[in-house]
Amino acid sequence: MNVSAATTAFPFSDYLVAAIFLFFVAATVAGALIAALTTRIIRSVSGLALCCIGLAGLYYFLNSPFLALMEILIYVGAVCVTIVFGVMLSETDEVLPERYKHKPYPIFGLLIAAAVAGAVFLGVTQLGHGLPWRKPAAPVAGASWTVAAIGHALLTTYSLAFELISLVLLVAILGALAIARGGREKK
Amino acid sequence: MNHLLQLHQHAGIYLILAAFLLAAGIFGLIRRRTLIGMLIAGELIFSSSALNFMALNRFTAPDPTVGQIFVLFIMGLAAAEVAIALSIIIAVYRNYRSIQPKGLSDLKG
Repeated sequence: MNVSAATTAFPFSDYLVAAIFLFFVAATVAGALIAALTTRIIRSVSGLALCCIGLAGLYYFLNSPFLALMEILIYVGAVCVTIVFGVMLSETDEVLPERYKHKPYPIFGLLIAAAVAGAVFLGVTQLGHGLPWRKPAAPVAGASWTVAAIGHALLTTYSLAFELISLVLLVAILGALAIARGGREKK
Repeated sequence: MNHLLQLHQHAGIYLILAAFLLAAGIFGLIRRRTLIGMLIAGELIFSSSALNFMALNRFTAPDPTVGQIFVLFIMGLAAAEVAIALSIIIAVYRNYRSIQPKGLSDLKG
């Protein structure tokens, strides 16, 4: 993780690190674009998976290999696979409404969506760039980046959040079963 | 050139990337004509907030465990949301034979 220390060992390691970082940034951007722009839903899911792999690499650069693994495990391994199953169980491709069959493609909604998204991007970028982000005056005593520290905090300081998320997941699974089962006797 | 090599040590690039993910998610949420497409766009928005938390956690937070635990929380919420949303989508598809949001206009009540 400590990049500056590695420079003495190997002269091109800086370039290597920058290239890997740019690769992950490009994977995130390309995945998000594919997820938002394609019309076939299955390509959109693949774009989401690519985006999540790029995000996992960025989490690694942000000093947290644990969350990088969790991102791949939960998003690519669980969320994307579940969405693929949802795609298989329903007819999902976007079809144009009947009244547009003989007219040019409706460009107006696309323009509105692009304008809103562009405004949000510019606004949030200004907000993030305009503020003076400072390093904290003094780090908390005993603060560390290890997985052991996360586990310790999860079971002591943040045990309520830990229990709450397990409860939320349990209720979500039960609710998903109950909702998906309803109406099954009809046919 | 040196600045470009140290790009991963600046908070700005992560914040801009998170803003881009948010914009892509909002664009997809407005433009999509199927429920699963809107769900995917929602996942992009979740990812953008998680990346924002991780970036500020890395560069400004005094205690680095807080942001990581919050991002784990976000991931759990996203997984729960996907489970619920997909079960609703499948139930809707069973009743309407379509998951176009336009057709879902009658309530039973």
